[in-house]
Amino acid sequence: MAISSDSPTAAPRAPLAARRAGDRSALARLTIIMLAALLGLVFLFSLTSGATDTSAAAVFWALITGNAGAVGTVERVVIVDIRLPRAVLGALIGASLAVSGAVMQGLFRNPLADPGIVGVSAGAGLGAVTFIVLGGGVLAPVAALFGIYHVPFAAFLGGLVTTIVLYRVSTRHGRTSVATMLLAGIALGAMAGAFTGLLVFWADDQQLRDLTFWGLGSVAGATWIKIAAVAPIIVPVVLLAPLLARGLNAMTLGEATAQHLGLNVQRFKRIAIVAVAAATGAAVAVSGGIGFVGIVVPHLLRLLIGPDHRYLLPACALLGAVMLLLADAIARQVVAPAELPIGIVTATIGAPFFLWILLRRRGIVDL
Amino acid sequence: MLDASDIHVSLAGAPILHGVDIAARAGEVTAVIGPNGSGKTTLMRALTGEIAYSGAAALNGVDIAGAQPWQLAAMRGVLPQSATLAFPFTVHEVVRLGLTSGIAGADDGDLVALALRAVDLCGFEGRFYQELSGGEQQRVQLARVLCQVWEPQLDGVPRYLFLDEPVSSLDIKHQLQIMRIAADYAARGGGVLAIMHDLNLTAAFADNIVLLSGGRVFAAGAPAEVLTGANLERVYDCPMHIGKGAGGIGMLVMPHMAHAARAPDRTA
Repeated sequence: MAISSDSPTAAPRAPLAARRAGDRSALARLTIIMLAALLGLVFLFSLTSGATDTSAAAVFWALITGNAGAVGTVERVVIVDIRLPRAVLGALIGASLAVSGAVMQGLFRNPLADPGIVGVSAGAGLGAVTFIVLGGGVLAPVAALFGIYHVPFAAFLGGLVTTIVLYRVSTRHGRTSVATMLLAGIALGAMAGAFTGLLVFWADDQQLRDLTFWGLGSVAGATWIKIAAVAPIIVPVVLLAPLLARGLNAMTLGEATAQHLGLNVQRFKRIAIVAVAAATGAAVAVSGGIGFVGIVVPHLLRLLIGPDHRYLLPACALLGAVMLLLADAIARQVVAPAELPIGIVTATIGAPFFLWILLRRRGIVDL
Repeated sequence: MLDASDIHVSLAGAPILHGVDIAARAGEVTAVIGPNGSGKTTLMRALTGEIAYSGAAALNGVDIAGAQPWQLAAMRGVLPQSATLAFPFTVHEVVRLGLTSGIAGADDGDLVALALRAVDLCGFEGRFYQELSGGEQQRVQLARVLCQVWEPQLDGVPRYLFLDEPVSSLDIKHQLQIMRIAADYAARGGGVLAIMHDLNLTAAFADNIVLLSGGRVFAAGAPAEVLTGANLERVYDCPMHIGKGAGGIGMLVMPHMAHAARAPDRTA
């Protein structure tokens, strides 16, 4: 092609096909619409499947049409008080884990940054356990002050402190060292684990039972009260996360270039870190350690629609919810009538996936 | 215009810049030259608001240290020496990031295509940035910067291209092309501040040159005033020959290589 020394603005317009090449936004929008439809289907499926063999689809239909007289009491209880809160909580947790994973990866500029892997979930867990064990004792006044929100709030604080320390340790001059981040994550996770262990050591029998149930990673104990405790945190973070998209896109080029593009980098980082800690903390507070959703979901979607966070974040919310509902369905089915903790299901699928990402990246970047 | 005076910068306690004065006017290409470690990139980082400095620096009258990032982003684009990407963006998507600030100045959906055409990368839209050569990546980044400040003037106020070694990894054809884009931007009323290593390209395209040495301005002014044998020999510690280009046009800067040009001929 000849070099043109004319004004670049005088260049003729590129043909339509060339302009569309490399632009994946149409595909991304279509994917989001399809994921929304998929979430609707999976949500209905999780309401209609379970140990009690009721014609649940009909029951649900009866409920939403208001024809409650056609529904037996048992069915009503199963649907409204057991399956519905479980599905709602599962969708919230899944969306929260996937979105906080994607935001964290964008912030750290690395697809391996996941709250579960770099110790943020462990920090949030320490916060939660602190209140589960000490909430009735020395921390009772604080627990009373925050009501049903005291465990999510404590988990948020634990996650926030961990994220801030992690960022400080692993980022120098606007560049994040992956190796330092992962190693610091191990250290922070171990430290949080040690303190958590200490608290478990002090716990009494009732608390131990609570802790065990919580720590396995499950949405089995879902209640409307739990939803009320975390939804006010998760819903705004998930809905407002796309506001971070332009900043996260700019951060892909590094902190200096993001600032050159007009982003107030310091303020942006503070907001993103608080959002990650809040969403992770809320998820950990009610469901314990459900790992790998935050890394698998964003990675799959980046392969499919590209890394543009304007589309990635909403798509993550939807696919995260879908994946967690499906994992919960598997957890309920494989050893029925008993249930596996959902954390076991997600780790069994997610850990090999993480290794696969590592192997793929070894060929591209030096870790 | 960009007007900075008495700029001091210390990095990690070590003073790098000692009272640098520099001005870059709209309509001109201003080049910053100097040997490695003379403070060129540090000066650029200070003038983009990236690092703290003492002294006075203003872009179109706006104090750089006190300005919001978006205020500066509306007035200037910055091309870094090199840029790595964390995620697999396509070329189209990288260039579109230049529109992040939303103040390109041109309401044209084709801006990405136009910018890619300007840097001779038509047909690269769908390629993955990480799979390109260093020189191609550099040109993609320039297209991104062009997108950010596409119109050289906005409401009569000039905008600027800050280029940190814009041609360092390019072949000769694309070196000339990028310098022509810069010169064209200035000719249309914008300003250009470029860190340069190639003294001949600098002589050919710069309207003004600032020669840095040891964190101070050694000389500043028109190419003929700054690019003298005496100045360059002092600063680069290398004897220089300044001549005329082919046909007596322009300047040619050549190191004297008589004592270092060839190893002794061992076959004789």
